[in-house]
Amino acid sequence: MNADKVLDAKGLACPMPIVRTKKAIEELESGQILEVQTTDKGSQKDMTGWANSTGHQLVDSKAEEGTYTFWIKKK
Amino acid sequence: MSEETKPTTITRMTPHELTQIVAGHEELFILDVRNETEFNDWKIEGEKIEIINIPYFDLLDGIEPALEQIPDHKRLLVVCAKEGSSQFIGEQIAEAGRENVYYLEGGMKLWSEHLEPVKIGDLMSGGEVYQFVRIGKGCLSYMVVSDGEAVVIDSARMIQPYLDFAQARDVQIKHVLDTHLHADHISGGRELSNVTGAAYWLPPKDADEVTYPYNELVENGDIRIGTGNVNVHPIYTPGHTIGSTSFLIDDQYLLTGDILFIASIGRPDLAGKAEDWVSDLRNSLYELYGGLPEHLIVLPAHFGKVNELDVQGKVWAKLGDLFSTNPGLNIKDETDFRKTVTENLPPQPNAYQEIRQTNMGKINPDEEEQREMEIGPNRCAVHDN
Repeated sequence: MNADKVLDAKGLACPMPIVRTKKAIEELESGQILEVQTTDKGSQKDMTGWANSTGHQLVDSKAEEGTYTFWIKKK
Repeated sequence: MSEETKPTTITRMTPHELTQIVAGHEELFILDVRNETEFNDWKIEGEKIEIINIPYFDLLDGIEPALEQIPDHKRLLVVCAKEGSSQFIGEQIAEAGRENVYYLEGGMKLWSEHLEPVKIGDLMSGGEVYQFVRIGKGCLSYMVVSDGEAVVIDSARMIQPYLDFAQARDVQIKHVLDTHLHADHISGGRELSNVTGAAYWLPPKDADEVTYPYNELVENGDIRIGTGNVNVHPIYTPGHTIGSTSFLIDDQYLLTGDILFIASIGRPDLAGKAEDWVSDLRNSLYELYGGLPEHLIVLPAHFGKVNELDVQGKVWAKLGDLFSTNPGLNIKDETDFRKTVTENLPPQPNAYQEIRQTNMGKINPDEEEQREMEIGPNRCAVHDN
């Protein structure tokens, strides 16, 4: 999936992946896609929860060899 | 001043300290900042504990929504999955001028694994019985000590607390027993026996598929410890599983495993055979336990609610009292009993199939995966209210 911006949040522990994601998405325009990479297992549920709560759309995600990637479309 | 030496404005609360608060029915206000699904699945409970849930990611624009709901005068504990987010939010609350702000060391992860040893009582033949309360998950395990020897029953996955306890008392763990093949937590029995050289005992009817060697627990095959005065007497009490075995210790204590709890009874469906085992369960409870002396102290393998803990944090009751107070022991009609134990049961414990496979030795998840599998309440009782 093509992303307008990629955020590397690998190696960061909760809450930093979401804190960084929030900052990164603020810099995007509505409809643009942010790709976020994390290694914190808890970020899977939290990214879903955060997207639901803020209204941004979690378009896709995958988990591969301990790295989690999320694609979020700014509302 | 550098980041590292900045004084913390919030105080760490250890799982041990929180256990004292819960058991002592002390007041505490908890702000749980995990996401809603995790919170709804499982949270810290206590008689005088007030708890609210606001996910940390809803407080990134400011902590005002939380401040509005937190009473001024109470001790505040901020809790998250591991620790990081609770510190992150807790520090902002303290910076906003609130006092008495704590965060839970290790978060729900450590809370779920904390074992608190409490003494249940002395044995007439010399020795003591200790209960290890896994308060975050509602699991109870036991160590019986006599003359330098010990037996551990229904060991939790984390075996270090038993090793430390035995070492501090200069006793050697000689036997490790499981009342049944557990479905809600990973047994530490096998590892504990590997590390200590103790014999590991399982009910053979639950161990059909296990992949490792074990000793067979059989009715009347008593296990003796110390100078031989203290005996652990197995009684075959099927119903939660087909192999479920109770232990009568020193004719004083009845370890009921997952057959009989303080406020409920065991569910017969976790090994997938609810209908088949209903009559076994009823027979074990009403006939076998019903025929035992009323003065026996019942020590179960779980509790459901923290109000089952007494003020010292112990979970126990006299068998005779349970026959008047426990709803599961007071269902006269067999059809009603069948309904109670097969219909409208609480959800099954998290990952219970994988946990059973792990306890059989069929799969070998790593520690992080095991921890993940054990998240949440035990849910081994038929009543979960």
